[in-house]
Amino acid sequence: MNGFGYGNLLDLLGCFVTLSLLSVGGAITTVPEMHRYLVAQNPWLTDSQFSASIALAQAAPGPNVLFVAVLGWNVGMASGGGPANGPLPWALASAAMAVSMVGIIIPSTTLTFFAARWGQRNRERAEVRAFKQSMAPVVIALLVATGWLLTASHGNLQQAPLLWMLTIASALLVWKTRIHLLWLIGAGALMGALGLV
Amino acid sequence: MFSADRMPTSEDSLVSIETEPTPPNLPRPASLTALFWAISGIALQGFGGVLAVVQRELVEKKQWLTTEEFVEDWAVSQIMPGPNVVNLALIIGDRYFGWRGALVALAGMLTFPLFVVMALTIGLAGIGHLPAVQGALRGMGAVSAGLIAGTGIRLVPALRSNAMGTLACTLIAGLVFIAIAFLRVPLAWTLLGIGLPAFFWALHRIRTLSTGPKELV
Repeated sequence: MNGFGYGNLLDLLGCFVTLSLLSVGGAITTVPEMHRYLVAQNPWLTDSQFSASIALAQAAPGPNVLFVAVLGWNVGMASGGGPANGPLPWALASAAMAVSMVGIIIPSTTLTFFAARWGQRNRERAEVRAFKQSMAPVVIALLVATGWLLTASHGNLQQAPLLWMLTIASALLVWKTRIHLLWLIGAGALMGALGLV
Repeated sequence: MFSADRMPTSEDSLVSIETEPTPPNLPRPASLTALFWAISGIALQGFGGVLAVVQRELVEKKQWLTTEEFVEDWAVSQIMPGPNVVNLALIIGDRYFGWRGALVALAGMLTFPLFVVMALTIGLAGIGHLPAVQGALRGMGAVSAGLIAGTGIRLVPALRSNAMGTLACTLIAGLVFIAIAFLRVPLAWTLLGIGLPAFFWALHRIRTLSTGPKELV
């Protein structure tokens, strides 16, 4: 029981709508903000539930924004005490999942739809070019910071040295090689299942 | 065939590149249904990153987009809020079938992957407490954190031609990283505090560069 109820669906929607409009560089760049809202500010998910939700969605095919569906689902499921407690947690999990996905997808895609049409017509304007250029280093830094925070949630370098090494190794492999990402995810799963990290 | 007074020059070749007519029968999705299945297929192949698959399928195999169009659309997808590949699919769908195409591409990108990820979530719920499963998710989490950071590092070369200059880019990226990773500043404040000054700096540089050469000489 985490205190989440139907009355909180609107809060959840509001949170994801706001983050949708702020998610420059992808929904994944708002992970720190989601963590603040779902784990630190409200007691809806634990640290490990939060990062497990993201890991699971990363392991599945498709756009990584689907981690939001998993987060929403787990918030609802945990509130009813888990899947074995009858229909209540299932209904709440479905509602929370739907609300989260609608919240994260609709605002940004609507904005993109109209902005892309506008930007296409005005691509030579200085303001359009300045926005593109100024966002480039911001987006890159956000991606690196997100990777950092996801690993830091398991502890610092002294507490979880092998986990940090695994993160750093996969960052290096993505950066320097064209290895299929599935091999890396699979290797991480295997090492974790065997208790190596 | 040749006329003596008309020698090809480098200017000719430039003009011919710019004015080369678009081939009339460029491949394009035959219908909304074809678009839906194409995007669904791409989304379901994308483990840990759909972008590479989009490029391979739509540009190289189906040739619905040229590489130039792809890069341009990707830039817009990336600077707009929202999931990049979802934005990209939306823009491509809009290009071929207007708003209907945008909706269909959106549905294609999300529908089947949503089923898969929810099936995994529910399927793993009963065994989620087992140490091996928790360990596996932990290991995958560490790897996916690395994938995200590594993708970011891989984009760094794109900053070389940035109008703001290398120093400003390094400074901006460094400040954003410190604000988010160490100081845990909310994203909105980070974008306002660092992104907005960066925008005006970029605007200033672009305006200076476009009028600059004469003054600088």
